[in-house]
Amino acid sequence: MSYISKPKISHPRLPKNELGLTARDYEGGMSTLCAGCGHDSITGAIVQAVFELSIPPHGLAKLSGIGCSSKTPAYFASESHGFNSVHGRMPSVATGANAVNGQLKYIGVSGDGDTLSIGVGQFIHAVRRNVNMLYIIENNGVYGLTKGQFSASADIGSKAKKGEENLQPPIDACLSALTLGGTFIARSFSGDRDQLVPILKAGLIHNGFALVDIISPCVTFNDHEGSTKSYEFTRQHYHPVIHADFVPPSEEIKAKYEEGEAMPVKLHDGTQIVLRKVGKGYDPTDRGAIFHYLDEHQKAGEIVTGLLYVDEAPPDLHAVNNLSSTPLASLSNDQLCPGNAALQKLQARFR
Amino acid sequence: MRPTDTSNPDYFHKVVDCQWGCPAHTDVPEYIRMIAQARFSDAYMLNRVSNVFPAILGRVCDRPCEPVCRRGRIEDKPVAICRLKRVAADNRGDITDRLPRAGPKNGKRIACIGAGCASLTVANDLLPLGYEIVMFEKLDCTGGLMRSNIPAFRLPVAVLDEEINYIVDMGVDLRLNSPIDGMEKLLKENFDAIFVGTGAPRGKELNLPGRHDSEHIYIGIDWLESVAFEHTDKIGKKVLIIGVGNTAMDCCRTSLRLGADEVRVMARKPRGFFKASAWELDDAEEENVEIVVNHSPTEFVIENGKLVGMNFDLMEYDIDDKGRIQDTKTVGEQFLPCDDVILAIGQENAFPWIERDIGLEFDQWDVPIVDKTTYQSTLEGVFFGGDAAFGPENIIWAVEHGHQASISIHKHCHDESLTDRLPFAMNLSSAKMGIHEWSYSNDYDVKERRLMPHVSLKERFEKLNIEVELGFSAEQAATEVERCLNCDIQTVFTDNLCIECDACIDVCPVDCLTITENGPEEELRTRLTAPATNLDQDLFVSGKLPQTGRVMVKDEDLCVHCSLCAERCPTAAWDMQKFTLEIPYVEDEAADGLPAKEVA
Repeated sequence: MSYISKPKISHPRLPKNELGLTARDYEGGMSTLCAGCGHDSITGAIVQAVFELSIPPHGLAKLSGIGCSSKTPAYFASESHGFNSVHGRMPSVATGANAVNGQLKYIGVSGDGDTLSIGVGQFIHAVRRNVNMLYIIENNGVYGLTKGQFSASADIGSKAKKGEENLQPPIDACLSALTLGGTFIARSFSGDRDQLVPILKAGLIHNGFALVDIISPCVTFNDHEGSTKSYEFTRQHYHPVIHADFVPPSEEIKAKYEEGEAMPVKLHDGTQIVLRKVGKGYDPTDRGAIFHYLDEHQKAGEIVTGLLYVDEAPPDLHAVNNLSSTPLASLSNDQLCPGNAALQKLQARFR
Repeated sequence: MRPTDTSNPDYFHKVVDCQWGCPAHTDVPEYIRMIAQARFSDAYMLNRVSNVFPAILGRVCDRPCEPVCRRGRIEDKPVAICRLKRVAADNRGDITDRLPRAGPKNGKRIACIGAGCASLTVANDLLPLGYEIVMFEKLDCTGGLMRSNIPAFRLPVAVLDEEINYIVDMGVDLRLNSPIDGMEKLLKENFDAIFVGTGAPRGKELNLPGRHDSEHIYIGIDWLESVAFEHTDKIGKKVLIIGVGNTAMDCCRTSLRLGADEVRVMARKPRGFFKASAWELDDAEEENVEIVVNHSPTEFVIENGKLVGMNFDLMEYDIDDKGRIQDTKTVGEQFLPCDDVILAIGQENAFPWIERDIGLEFDQWDVPIVDKTTYQSTLEGVFFGGDAAFGPENIIWAVEHGHQASISIHKHCHDESLTDRLPFAMNLSSAKMGIHEWSYSNDYDVKERRLMPHVSLKERFEKLNIEVELGFSAEQAATEVERCLNCDIQTVFTDNLCIECDACIDVCPVDCLTITENGPEEELRTRLTAPATNLDQDLFVSGKLPQTGRVMVKDEDLCVHCSLCAERCPTAAWDMQKFTLEIPYVEDEAADGLPAKEVA
């Protein structure tokens, strides 16, 4: 952390979005994370994404659990709604918030511990229910806040700072989500903002649960030789397969793509993402093949990144449960409370 | 782009805009920090090394440092650098024992012609090395145009005397009332070198009908001189000043103090084309001087042998979007009544006393040919400096000429090549004091520029020599010093340490950093985090970063030197390092390249 906060002055020629805001307007408090933490870079990417989408700050809700990662919401969009929940329980809070107000954009920020260890039960149900939110895992393979023990995402053979080797297999969040019926599954890297920002934007617009598993090196406990989640290892074993080009509704697809190399996907608000195949032999629609591809490359020590899978068709939590599209807070008292007669009638059913 | 060569002192020097903009390269941020620490004497002495006359310049410098100050690009107003210089001078303690002293005589005699700022600087630099300085002055006092042309209400005589005497008292052989009436004669007097610092003493003439038919038409600088030496103590009620440079501002304000009550400054062109500094215009207008634009003088109107006014053509200008005049036309005429006219349309150097057949060549405009590096004329051993060298400039230029001419004189006297001069050097030392502590005030202070308090309009006209500017109060100085961005505390980047975590890029408040693929400068400037449109400011480009081969690019334009990039850097690839420019003076040349001794 720094003793001074970021000065309020800014570059006089900063670009403005449709709301007349600059990216600076989407910033939060000064980060108290370690200098060089991948999480801070992800914060920067989130700021960039919500700025570019011209999301009004009051239309955004940030949720998190516990951990270094879960401090992140304090560092962006200080004018937005926020909820810092119990360890691993952010998905429940997000589900509840989403159920009563489907009009906000939800960003859940979690870590590999918060999601894949203590919160894994919550996580899988949020995927299964297709809660309409952007769910970010800031994945560094260690418990940074408790000084660097292996987490559930640590790879076999990855070494701790003092040389100890991890022997247990990792939980792969993307593979798990694929088996759980996830509708938007992406993996990226905090050090590749060109890839990350369009994915975050697409995830925010996707109608359903958008999982973005982001390798986010822990500079203090997991950026050494022998670590498989360091900046250097990630860059050396980086294997982007699908790049998502983001095309807002107001624009046409201008870029030219080779035949068979690009696949446009229309999101529910008219935005298009063009999935551009970078890796050979990758089909972003074939779940079985993707599972195989990810598994094979993981065994080979490669980190497959990109918007790995997207399906706009499945209904989200609201649609399945036929929930009110108007936020409950905006409904009148009559609509919210059916009255004593209705209560008596309901209770009579259980007598 | 090729990786930036930061081992060349020019790169970091240019980042310190004020120091780069100052002809004498005064270490501005360092002396401002000294003021912040109440080390006024240290600040004064640091100033004196480069600009020799801090108290004088703290009042009347033309401040080339201020328009280029980075603060002026971040918000509207630059740091009040000049005012702070005066703070250092006003609050200094007794510094006489820190002044240079004449060294043991080396047997070399130098003649300095004129006792103005250029000659005095030569004396200041050469006396400590043992040179004997014989200074010839045609008037009965020192100071040259600083004394004769700058009114006492801007530059008090006591201030002038004190700083000049620091030098004269070192042991100048001062010969007042000694005009030089021939160079040839002087050359025969066996001086080892001659320095001409005679200024630009000839005011420009305006030869219009009626010019010589009245005694109430004056040349500005001559008239100011006659006021300064108390030969003139009154003027008519209505005065027209022709010209709108700084001399015109001094003339109009002096007129008000000698009894004029309707003073107009007549400008041929619109505002924006004025030669006067903005603050001098402000100060004149505060005293209710009217500045009349688009009036081109055509005639002095004399009736019955008496000046009654002047005729002007009314001008109209077509100005293009770049602010240049494309077309001029006359749209009418106007008569303006007056009792006196003062001509302030420029001045030039003049050398009627230099014979044209002694090997000292003059160019087509009858100006001596002087080398821009060595300040030597075509006659070996004869040097020029100040306004005498290249025409009217400001005091700070004359001082710099004096420093450079001193080096040449020394080399000339020791049979060394005049062009083989020591280069600028630099020191860089980390400003890091702790994990988040720096040896300077790194937080950005949002306060606005402080305004100079003035003596009230009523009071200031009571006497001719009441200094109008009061100087900053302690509170004002304390606020103003914090506005300095400490641009000399440089962001220094070590490319092979960078792990490309983006922390610096995200934390930079002015978005001046980018990690990207390298490219040609023009194209690179278009794809930075924020557009780099100020082409006067350099881009720093690192070598290839170890992990991806991309480069770190920094646009120097708006960096506020807040240190956050270095604080957020996990590998210390960014560090804040204090840059000290090592300016070679004649004592360094004499010391065979050994570093100058520390002054602070």
